[in-house]
Amino acid sequence: MTTTATVRPDDASATALSTTELAAVRADFPLLERTVRGGKPLVYLDSAATSQKPQVVLDAEVDFYEQRNAAVHRGAHQLAEEATEAFEQARAAVAAFVGADEAEIVWQPGATAAINVVAYAFSNATLGRGGDAAERFRLAPGDEIVVTEAEHHANLVPWQELCARTGAVLRWIPVSDDGRLDLTNLDALVTERTRVLAFGHVSNVTGAVAPVATLVAAARRVGALTVLDACQSVPNMPVDLHELGVDFAAFSGHKMLGPTGVGALYGRRELLEAMPPTVTGGSMVEVVTMESTTYAPPPQRFEAGTQMVAQAVGMGCAAQYLDELGMEGVARHETELAAEMLKIADIPGVRVIGPLGADGAGEEISRLAVVSFVVDGVHAHDVGQVLDDKGIAVRVGHHCAQPLHRRFGVAATARASASVYTTVEEVVAFREALAGVRAFFGAE
Amino acid sequence: MSTLEQMYQQVILDHAKRPVGHGLVDLAGSHGHLAGESHQVNPTCGDEVTLRVDVTPEGTVAGVSWEGQGCSISQASVSVMTSLVKGADLAEVARLDGLFHDLMSSRGKGLDDDDAEDALGDATAFTGVSQYPARIKCALLGWAALKDSLARSGALATS
Repeated sequence: MTTTATVRPDDASATALSTTELAAVRADFPLLERTVRGGKPLVYLDSAATSQKPQVVLDAEVDFYEQRNAAVHRGAHQLAEEATEAFEQARAAVAAFVGADEAEIVWQPGATAAINVVAYAFSNATLGRGGDAAERFRLAPGDEIVVTEAEHHANLVPWQELCARTGAVLRWIPVSDDGRLDLTNLDALVTERTRVLAFGHVSNVTGAVAPVATLVAAARRVGALTVLDACQSVPNMPVDLHELGVDFAAFSGHKMLGPTGVGALYGRRELLEAMPPTVTGGSMVEVVTMESTTYAPPPQRFEAGTQMVAQAVGMGCAAQYLDELGMEGVARHETELAAEMLKIADIPGVRVIGPLGADGAGEEISRLAVVSFVVDGVHAHDVGQVLDDKGIAVRVGHHCAQPLHRRFGVAATARASASVYTTVEEVVAFREALAGVRAFFGAE
Repeated sequence: MSTLEQMYQQVILDHAKRPVGHGLVDLAGSHGHLAGESHQVNPTCGDEVTLRVDVTPEGTVAGVSWEGQGCSISQASVSVMTSLVKGADLAEVARLDGLFHDLMSSRGKGLDDDDAEDALGDATAFTGVSQYPARIKCALLGWAALKDSLARSGALATS
């Protein structure tokens, strides 16, 4: 690990990351040195889509392939032992990073796959799989699944599909004009009929942090299971899943400075133990006969086939990197950058989709540096193109959240988002470039 | 001219602001005319267009009308296309469609063919777009809608 950045979590007056610390962090990310569009320095403001990777993560993957590559959890040779150890150490690192036990972390190809594992476990249980233990996952017509209008498609479509397969009914918590969840009718939405309450920790469009404690309490009151999409929170703020009290959570490696192709499903131990498998095959079994099969305990029960070992090792390394950086400091850095980004609301013709301030529902951190916006008279694609011409990379489109965009009456937005390596200077460059967009298109 | 200015030519910005054929017109479908409608969506960005075409019994495009939302490239492209194909026969429409696709595959080089560029007229302004792989689909959205609406009208089967 090359970083020297440390932020004392107990020092509330500490600035997010000092200039020196930030420079050290940036030096860890080789890609940030490159230029784009004819020699312009890269201003990468698309970390909510995917983050860049520090050298230590890249090295961890290379080192695995150069020194340890072998099939894990089988084979009696030394390489197999070393590969298994690296794989399981990575699981331990990721578990520790999010406040979970090792056996509660299941490797998945990504967060989308992780959420689908839970949705299909409900489906399989409803078909009678999993025996008596899986009773909690059995759905009947009239049962309800509650999501929110702010969800990424990954935490919406699997639940729509589960409802279509089982006859359960999908309901959703609406979004207020300020982009936060509207909990006015929460008690009417989350009722004795509710079996699952699935919601995002931090919106990938508005940056708003959901009131997890309130939602978990509502679900617990009626015996519903909670599923947290933690893709945007885990990379950018301290997350302790035991403390949050959610039943399941999903997050991806590539958004938290790790590789693509790997993510994690968290499930409370007793739930994973009771849950029937979804993807079946090798490595997830105990005894297989021609007639039937018994399954391994979790997490292996949910890890069929050869796993993405090198990527898991990379994700473990990314978790350690962030942990050493200190997530309290990372969150303060995010908060500072969010405030800088939100100044775009002062540019004539720019409208931010999402909360403009820290007026959250009692959350300690109420919004992160994910800021979506529209520019009067200029389509998001055209906004993105003009920014790109100055070397500034933002996301344009619906960000896999079409219902949320529909809620705000827009088809597409542009979005700027930050990570640990983002600087205030970059955000200032973004603001200045954005201020010139309407003039370029002659928008009145 | 910067590559950005090459993409956003004035003719494109003008068409985006004052599009030709914008506003759906009721399909004729009488006097032996064939009419077709198509709705095309670009799922990655949400751009969409609904386009109606009216073809004479002799196989000439009598009119094109459309509604849509999207970036300046997609909207301007439908507009330019509408001016270009009105009055053209189906063989000419097919030729223009082929030429425009070739232009979009030219990586900013253009067609290097004066006859072809004359035929495309204002549509050659989209040459700069072909330097940006992510934007080519924006320029092609309207052409896909035209092709599909012609197929739905039945005009292609009878010609």
